[in-house]
Amino acid sequence: MTTNQLLFGALPYAVVLLAVMVTIVRWRRLPFSVSSLSSQLLESRKLYWGSVPFHWGISLILVGHLVALIIPSSFELWNGDSVRLFLLEATGLGLGLWAAFGITVLIVRRFTSDRVKAVTTPMDVVVLLIIAVQIITGIWIAIGYRFGSFWGTSVFVPYIRSLIFFQPAPEYVDPLPWVLKSHVLAFYAFVGVFAFSRLVHIVTLPIQYLWRPWQRVVLMRKPSGDYHPAAPRSQDPGSRDHETNQLTDQSASK
Amino acid sequence: MKVRAQMSMLFHLDKCIGCHTCSVACKNLWTDREGAEYMWWNNVETRPGTGYPTGWEDQEHYKGGWHRDEKGRLKLVLHSKSAGLGKLFYNPSLPELDDYYDPFTFKYGDLFNSPQQEQQVTAIPISKITGTPVEISTGPNWDDDLGGSDIYARNDPSMEGIDEATRAQMEEIERVVLNYVPRICNHCLNPACVAACPSGAIYKRGEDGVVLVNEDKCRGWRMCVAGCPYKKVYYNWDTGKSEKCILCFPRMETGQAPACAHSCVGRIRYMGVLLYDQDRILDVASMPEDELVDAQLDMILDPWDDAVVAAAAASGIDEGWIDAARRSPVYKFVKEWGMALPLHPEYRTAAMMFYIPPLSPVMSTVERNLVRLDIPEDRRDFALADELDKARMPLKYLANLFTVGDVEPIRRILKMMFAVRSYKRRQSVEGDMDSDTLGLLDSAGLSEAEAEAIYKLTTVPTIDDRFVFPPYHREMSIEALEDPLVRKGMTGLGQIQPPKRGA
Repeated sequence: MTTNQLLFGALPYAVVLLAVMVTIVRWRRLPFSVSSLSSQLLESRKLYWGSVPFHWGISLILVGHLVALIIPSSFELWNGDSVRLFLLEATGLGLGLWAAFGITVLIVRRFTSDRVKAVTTPMDVVVLLIIAVQIITGIWIAIGYRFGSFWGTSVFVPYIRSLIFFQPAPEYVDPLPWVLKSHVLAFYAFVGVFAFSRLVHIVTLPIQYLWRPWQRVVLMRKPSGDYHPAAPRSQDPGSRDHETNQLTDQSASK
Repeated sequence: MKVRAQMSMLFHLDKCIGCHTCSVACKNLWTDREGAEYMWWNNVETRPGTGYPTGWEDQEHYKGGWHRDEKGRLKLVLHSKSAGLGKLFYNPSLPELDDYYDPFTFKYGDLFNSPQQEQQVTAIPISKITGTPVEISTGPNWDDDLGGSDIYARNDPSMEGIDEATRAQMEEIERVVLNYVPRICNHCLNPACVAACPSGAIYKRGEDGVVLVNEDKCRGWRMCVAGCPYKKVYYNWDTGKSEKCILCFPRMETGQAPACAHSCVGRIRYMGVLLYDQDRILDVASMPEDELVDAQLDMILDPWDDAVVAAAAASGIDEGWIDAARRSPVYKFVKEWGMALPLHPEYRTAAMMFYIPPLSPVMSTVERNLVRLDIPEDRRDFALADELDKARMPLKYLANLFTVGDVEPIRRILKMMFAVRSYKRRQSVEGDMDSDTLGLLDSAGLSEAEAEAIYKLTTVPTIDDRFVFPPYHREMSIEALEDPLVRKGMTGLGQIQPPKRGA
């Protein structure tokens, strides 16, 4: 197996498997450890200038990458007109620079604020480094290898698709410049540390908030007050479920 | 009618001596941990003052609680649901640590390990977060007993609407006036923290109304901290989870009073069950401001009423709880005598901790700027009862705390307390009763029997009078369905994993 096959054929499966399995185990067995680990209480001002640009920038770019991957034809159609191609590329680059600004502020903040330093773990540093590499190489590609949204659909999309359909074809990546390769590898590193770091908070994005009722009332026992010996419950001490008898409550406005 | 029960605490402010024993008992029991040092689930504030965290009542700044829009609908001040998700990355209304204080300790080791030297060794203060030396510039109760009152008392948001002359009088050093307001989580019926939580980690227990954070579901978005108008949810900077007062539910479940109430030196705290109508919460919280207090008190149900008892049984409340509701000292003060009020009802969370406003200190100036001593001794009580407007703690100030600015309920309550006091004084000092005293009692709307009962429960209650706990029947709760030996050898209260910060 060549290095190329190892890094671009085998590694992606390893890291995705790791991310999925460990996240599930962590979610079930160590739910207390899953948190966004916000440090806004300790330092607020720099966080505003770092967190907002970084999160919005990186999320939108990620969405763009996903759209290109899932429906590459949409990009091809859109880019049919060179003005639109330019617009898309400029937007992508702009978002990248925005996210780069954010991550820079966040890195500076993490190493200059004493209070933030007090809650910084080694894994936080690793995560920041990986994301920084990811963003820098991304911007590099956008500037140095113009119009990635144009050539990407024919170079990258087939590669990723080959992975998804379990027919890995790492040879697509082999002739690419090292910057592009590092961008991909940084992503695999990102996925690799996902379940072991604060990155796991990404899967906790609380979309369900949009449709849940405002109030939550949870009963400790059945409303009738009777003893219900039926329905054996989970013996797993880590997942005591408080919501067995959840009432949907009408006590506040919808 | 859907009846639910609430464990409710009552604070008799007339008896509070501001000793902070409650705060210390709570601190020792629950928050003496890394990340929780700055949390004061129970704190005692000097009033007037800015409280803890500094200026928590300024909702234009902190955006806590609910408001009623033009169409009369109830809205969370903090955010709509979609806007709330948009603010996950940065929450503009969140207090910063400096709105609380940098928790500190002292380098005691220096006292023992210092080499011999000319000067006396001192233990310098260091931050409990960074471990580096700090200049202590603020702390919890920095304004205790009006310390720095020219800053703190003057910036109290509840001073709004108090005229200049009264303000000047309050601030004058010889006449400086203060009282204490102990605060815990209000375990509201319409809690804003629950509504603000995107993860749905906060919930209200159906059986006793305790509002809790499920720390296994909390993801540290900290909207609860901003949403709670009382600022009684705290973010643990170490574990990345929110924490709050749990009303010592493990103690209540075994029939013991919460640590703050149990340790209260002045015995100002009472606890008992209140039954209320769950179906009316939304209506009550959406009332126009001037009807809020009455509506909230009206929602509390009479446990002697047959219809209520039937509805309670239908809602699954067992007899033990109904019996406890009938013996509840909180019900007596809040409903039977109408002497207690919720703190800041204008936040529309339907707070369920109640306060009896302080009669002390009574007025020393009956006429502006002068102590009128020419009232005949035997007339003094009656003259004073009619002059409550000149009480040293202005009615308007208390009204801003408890009745959305309406002084009438405050006047009525203080008059009742004053009448009971005069009645008992007459009885125990003179040994006989006169028509003036009985007239005063009558004008306060009290019978002799009621006055006697109020006196008893206020002044000489036993611990069983103050704390009436219902049988929790833990043997019937869902935990009973689990193997009781599963947790053998473990410690803690449901939190089996060590509460360690995640990576």
